Amino acid sequence: MKNISFLQIQSKSPLTNMYMGSTLLSIAIFDVFVSSFFSINITSFLPQNISTFLPLIIGFIGLGIFRMEYTGIHLLDKVNKNINTNNFNAFLTLLIIFVVIKATPPALSWMILDANISGDTKEACTGTGACWTYIKVWFRRFMYGMYPNELHWRINSAFILVIALGFVGYFFKENLKKYLALYYVVIYPIIAFLIIYYLISGGSFGLVWVETGAWGGLSLTFIVSFFCLIFCFPLGMVLALGRRSNLPAVRYISVGYIEFWRGVPLITVLFMSSVMFPMFLPEDFFMDKLVRVIIAITLFEAAYCAEVIRGGLQALPRGQYDAAKSLGMGYWKMHIFVILPQALKLVIPGIANTFLALVKDTPLIFVVGLAEIAGMLALAKTNPKWLGFAMEGYIFAAIIFWIICYAMSKYSYNLENKYKTER
Amino acid sequence: MNNKIKRILPQLLTILFVVLIFGFFTINAQVNMDNRGIDFGFGFLKQEASFDMQFTLLDYDGQDSYGWAYVVALLNTLLVSFLGIIFCTILGVIIGIARLSSNFLIKNSAAWYVEFFRNIPLLLQIFFWYYAALRALPLPETAEPWFGVTYMTIKGYFIPAMIWENLNIFVYCLLASFISIIFIRNYAKNLQEKEGKQLPLLYISLAILLVVPGLSFILGGVTLDFEMPVLKQLSATSYTYEGGIGLPPELIALVLALSLYTSTFVAECVRAGIQGISKGQKEAAASVGLTPNQVLKLVIMPQALRIIIPPTTNQYLNLTKNSSLAAAIAYPDLVLVFAGTAMMQTGKAIEIVGITMLTYLTISLLIAALMNWYNKKIEIKEK
Repeated sequence: MKNISFLQIQSKSPLTNMYMGSTLLSIAIFDVFVSSFFSINITSFLPQNISTFLPLIIGFIGLGIFRMEYTGIHLLDKVNKNINTNNFNAFLTLLIIFVVIKATPPALSWMILDANISGDTKEACTGTGACWTYIKVWFRRFMYGMYPNELHWRINSAFILVIALGFVGYFFKENLKKYLALYYVVIYPIIAFLIIYYLISGGSFGLVWVETGAWGGLSLTFIVSFFCLIFCFPLGMVLALGRRSNLPAVRYISVGYIEFWRGVPLITVLFMSSVMFPMFLPEDFFMDKLVRVIIAITLFEAAYCAEVIRGGLQALPRGQYDAAKSLGMGYWKMHIFVILPQALKLVIPGIANTFLALVKDTPLIFVVGLAEIAGMLALAKTNPKWLGFAMEGYIFAAIIFWIICYAMSKYSYNLENKYKTER
Repeated sequence: MNNKIKRILPQLLTILFVVLIFGFFTINAQVNMDNRGIDFGFGFLKQEASFDMQFTLLDYDGQDSYGWAYVVALLNTLLVSFLGIIFCTILGVIIGIARLSSNFLIKNSAAWYVEFFRNIPLLLQIFFWYYAALRALPLPETAEPWFGVTYMTIKGYFIPAMIWENLNIFVYCLLASFISIIFIRNYAKNLQEKEGKQLPLLYISLAILLVVPGLSFILGGVTLDFEMPVLKQLSATSYTYEGGIGLPPELIALVLALSLYTSTFVAECVRAGIQGISKGQKEAAASVGLTPNQVLKLVIMPQALRIIIPPTTNQYLNLTKNSSLAAAIAYPDLVLVFAGTAMMQTGKAIEIVGITMLTYLTISLLIAALMNWYNKKIEIKEK
């Protein structure tokens, strides 16, 4: 497959080959471009089968002609090295280019050119493309669920406060740095919980009570994943230590817990929280559905968190343990002051990945009747005034989640690189 | 003495804590069930289920017991997982290798494929395929055939059914050819280790696979017929296909979403595995005179597989667990049928959710045990 020899025009100057090859390639690309953007088939005089494959053949010959070992022409060498190393590669290159050209016009016209965004009703959507009016009208519902419109500032300000408090750690003075872990593991979750409880559900300080059934949309996704993360982290830490303990009872119980939760799908855990868990509580004790779901996901994610933290604990060299012990430190002192600070730094990227998985899992709470974004989409889809726009809704949600998850995965990737070089 | 207390006391406290929690839950459950007049027990498994399932692999109707419904639903779950695993492996291997291609365009397309499908929640993908993409398919009466004999319609994918005669003989022949291939492979391995000769294993295996089952058609009296799907009018405007096998859209949406989503993770495993082999291995193999094909087959792949297989199995396990999302689009899998319908009817929340969780747990632990065994087997034994 190295070269088809009869295509190789033996000429003294590589320039001739380059001009011939690139002319053929441009003709091929032009043909596809015109037929896909303006639907003009310039080779319509040929039989249909040939006319379909003609650009592929011409482009293939073109690439074959200017494929050379070394020419000294910078651009040509770069092209040859990157997309044109052999016949198979050239073929795949052409295929990818043509598919992209072919797919652009329909996607473009559906998404933008033929789409509608003006108006407030279904009738405003007259184009053949997407109906972004639907997203515009339902936007607040997708973001805040059934939360009353005039109270949305409460959700926004609660989020801003919680995020701002999260950054407080950066401004700690040097002499306060030792309390950083205490702040993030104990104080911050409590404050965040109080803020979200008092601001979003209200009921005191003159704020109107909004029951959790009205919460929903993307903000609920954030609330659930945020609480699950901050609660599952300490639990995961205890379990990881338990799994590495040399006390058999502690170890076996931790292993049993971790393996149990890792072995069952989240959806059954959610079913458990909604139908089985109330049976296990005292009769007159009522627990909100949202709280039950958060507890269930926390218990579930703690197992995964524990495994990540265990990885960090195992990665520490034995010398650290020995050194701490030789200074006369006990188990707890050793772990709190020597082992955990180092191990937790190692597992930050892993925790970020766990959190990413957690955010991707939260739409599942839809199956127990909590209307976060997937639930709101299902609700909007069946609204008699807005039938038939499922595609737009799911694409919108997919874009939002994609942006969040992609940003997070890039961030965790950067963290990984950062900590890799520091060690 | 002091040391002994230090060891025993924490353990006792932990056990006490666990026992107290379990005891608290059990007592509450007992009280609650007494109040509501429910009794604990698995007798309901023998009762008549009296609900129907849309899609089953085995014969099932409403008169069968809950126990049988459980088996049928479990098979549906396993079917989705099986199909998903096959497709995600094929896709994942292709994408993983494409990510290592020297071609700039191929490499980047593969990378974007991975980034795209990995970062959208699986549930949204399933919903997208089921509620948006598959709803845009043609109605049965207007569907154009794919590959001549299959029909992709809004009511599902209709393919010809195979009607076998003397199927058992064919299966025995297939088994026999597999066993003989294993023997020949072992023989070839010995031959290579002792004398350095290499047999054209691929061709021999293919020949055996084709010839032995082929003979069963000629000599064993095995016949194969196809039953084509035929368009049938149900009422004035409603059509469907009859005959053949109809794969419901729920199954298609699930398998599509699961395999696209999981293939990105498999692709990453494959890429990591191949990248994990140091360049020196390849160069050393080439310098002792192996051909590029031999380098790949005898040096790179055996080492890469050792890195690839454990995390990939983990992904298969995740796929199996994720197949429980079927409940969200009403595909009759274990969660929907058993933890959904059966629980609503019987009210046995504790037993049914318990059985469902235990089933998944068993599958997970089985695969984990298999994996540990495999890891032990392929471990590099250092002397």
